[in-house]
Formats: sequence, structure tokens, C-alpha cells
Amino acid sequence: MLILYVLMLFMIIAAVIAVETRNLLSAVICVGSIGFVGSLMFLFLCAPDIAITQIVVEVLGLIILIRATISRDLTFISGDKEFFGVVVSIVLIAVIFLAGMKVLDTLPAFGTAIFTQVPDAASQVYLSEGLQRTGAANIVTSVILDFRAYDTLGEATVLFTSILGASAILRKKSRRRLG
Amino acid sequence: MLYALCFLLFMIGLYCAITKKNMVKIVIGIMVMEYAVNLFLIMLGYRTNGIAPIIGKGDLNPETGQVLSSFINGSVDPLPQALVLTSIVISLGSLALMISLCIRIYGKYRTFDITKIRRLRG
Amino acid sequence: MIDGMKGMTVIVKTISSWVKLLIFLFGIYIVLFGHLTPGGGFAGGIILASSYVLLMFAYGREFVEANLPLGLASKLDSVGAFLFALVAILGFAFGGAFFANFLYQNYLPGESLRLISAGTIPLSNIAIGLKVGASLFLIILTLSICCHYEAGSEEPNDDEE
Repeated sequence: MLILYVLMLFMIIAAVIAVETRNLLSAVICVGSIGFVGSLMFLFLCAPDIAITQIVVEVLGLIILIRATISRDLTFISGDKEFFGVVVSIVLIAVIFLAGMKVLDTLPAFGTAIFTQVPDAASQVYLSEGLQRTGAANIVTSVILDFRAYDTLGEATVLFTSILGASAILRKKSRRRLG
Repeated sequence: MLYALCFLLFMIGLYCAITKKNMVKIVIGIMVMEYAVNLFLIMLGYRTNGIAPIIGKGDLNPETGQVLSSFINGSVDPLPQALVLTSIVISLGSLALMISLCIRIYGKYRTFDITKIRRLRG
Repeated sequence: MIDGMKGMTVIVKTISSWVKLLIFLFGIYIVLFGHLTPGGGFAGGIILASSYVLLMFAYGREFVEANLPLGLASKLDSVGAFLFALVAILGFAFGGAFFANFLYQNYLPGESLRLISAGTIPLSNIAIGLKVGASLFLIILTLSICCHYEAGSEEPNDDEE
């Protein structure tokens, strides 16, 4: 368990540096380090599928972020903050913090999976009958492509829409000028 | 305790997304929040000394082909893993959408500052 | 081997021309064995896309666009989505429910822990891998085109053709 604490503290330190540094390229690289350490943490939490996906997504995401920040002149933000905005943000953060603290009390201790506390949880059925009913040895794959395939269909739709949006935003010429 | 640290990571991302004025910093804050939420969902399904939810040859009963109860009682929760798997790929798509918006706005206004953008739109 | 104006140095080009095949094979392995080992369509698709992204950084954008044009990539994207929906509709036709695993239930029970098992799950994995890989490659290519034309001109909407 000690390794999880060490990795978690590393992630928090990297997040603080990424938030507070002035240089955008350093901030982006710190975000990349958060993602790689997160992938390591998924591996220690017995989730190898997610570890693989996270590590390759992190590489591509880092490429996208560096594309955005490199060779732009780094704009330094002058600090004339509006009073109203500061008050609203402080109140919002405080409210979410207090609500989260309330929720944290109700969670079971770390290490006791929540689905073992619930009788007739869906995960029990997936674990015990997944091989017989779908034939896939990887239970995670049998969940995303057989038991809950609607989820994957929705994911494909969202990905398609986001790419459509990105290529519409980045189009070279606007339609108005053509016509 | 690990849940609390994860919540702290989420709060750092939220603080960054709310108070910063640089657009790339806002995107970074949203990404940090995504990491925290994914990590929290995986942690909820973790079992002490658990094993990954992948059936090998050693987890099957040699005669009947049934899954042994040691696997069922020792494996971590597969459901949050499946949901987080789709969520990670979607986060990459939304990251690309946000970054393309940032690039477009930079090309038009030559700045990443959101207050200046509001001022220039006259 | 293309040498000269676009891309990086000769060392990077040579190494990446060796490594790209390994990355591509690894992606195909991850997609095909997704129902037995960790991985699956999502991770494998992103690995397939990243092999092309490596080529794009080493050789320049024109070389990759000659190999895998923008139109072909978007067609592959649509084909992946169509295959995934087709598997679902075939489940509706033969198995009685949308996304029913009809191959495993009716026709091909198969032996577990083999490559050919689990019915429609490997087919769905291939479709998802095709879709995710093509779409992420499209995103990177679109961003690269945008950065290319924005670096030169002050006013990006004018002066083009």
C-alpha cells in the first residue's frame, strides 16, 4: 500500500506545479507526468487494460497539447482580478469541498470493494458467469462489448462527434467565403 | 486516506479551471479533474490483495471448465474498469476539441487570455 | 528513402522506418487478442494511430498524406462505425436482441481461451480498433495542417488560393 501513497503524492505535487508555473510548456509536461504516474497506479490497482489505454492516450494527448503551446509567444496574464469573480469562485470551491468531505465519511475503507457489500451486485454476475455467457476470458472486454455494448456505441458516437467538431473548427476556409 | 488524496487532486484541478485566465491552463485543470475521477472510480472497486479480472488457465476447474471460486472471491471489480476505459478515450476526443478551439481563438485574437478576448469583441 | 527538405535527420528517419512496423504489429496483436489478454479495440486502435503519428513526425506531413490520404482515413473511420453497428444489427436479426452475441450462443460455441472464441466480441474489437485508430489519426493530421498554415500568415482566413 505504501507505493500507492507515494505515487498519489507524486501526482499531487505534479498537479500543483502544473497549475502554478508560469511557463506553459512546463505545465504541459507536468500534466504528462501526472498521466504516466496515473497509468502506473492503474497497474498497481490491478487494472492492466486501463494502464495500457492510459499510457497510449497520454502519449497522443501530450502531442496534441504540445502542438497547441509550442512556438506561441507565452502570454503572461496580468493580475487585475475582479472582486465578484474571486468571491464566487471561493464560495464554489468551499461548497464542493465541504460536500466532498461529507461524502468521504460514508465511503467504506480502502481495500473493501463496494460491490462485495451489495447483495446481487451486477459485478458478481459478470465475474461468475461472464466466461460461460460470452466466452471471453477478459471480463472487462466481455463487459464493454457484450453486457454493456450500448455504452461502447455511445462512446463511438461521442468520438465521431468530437472529431467532426474539431475538423469543422479547424477548417481552412469558411463556407461563407466560398459561396 | 487515499480517497481523500484523490479528492485533493480533484480540488486542485477545479481550482485551476475556475480561477486561471489562461485558456491552456483551464484545459490542464479539466484534464487533472479527469485523472482524479478515473482514479477514484478504479479505487472504489479495488480489493486488498486482489487479482486482475482476466481468467487464465489456472482459474478454471480442470474437469468441468467452471470458474474457480478463488477467482470470483479475489478479483477486483470489472464494471468501473469497463466504464473508465471508454471515459479515457472520450477524454482524448474532448481534449482535441478544446485544443482546436484554443488554436482557433489564438489565430483570431493572438492571445490566450480570456479576459482580453471578452474585451476585444466590440 | 525520402531525404531532404521535410522531416528530421537521417538517423531519425532510419530508426522510425524500422520501428513503425513493430508498432503496427503490436497494435494488431493488441486488437486481435483483446478478448484473452489486456488490451482491446481502444488501446490497439490508439497504438495503430501512433505508428502513423511517428511517421508523420519523422518524414513530414506530405509523406504520410501520400500513404494514407485524408479521405481514405475518414472512410476507414466510417467503415469502423458501420461495422460496429452491423454487428449489433446482425445480433438483432439472428439472436433476437440488439447486440446479442449470436455467434457464440447459436452457431459457434467454441472452446474458451482460444483465439477463435467468444463469438462477436473479436469482430467488435476489430471494428472499434479501426474506428478509434482512424479517428485519432484524423485529429492529429487536422491539427498539424492547421499549425502549418497558421505559422506563415498573419491572417489565416485570407491569402490561401
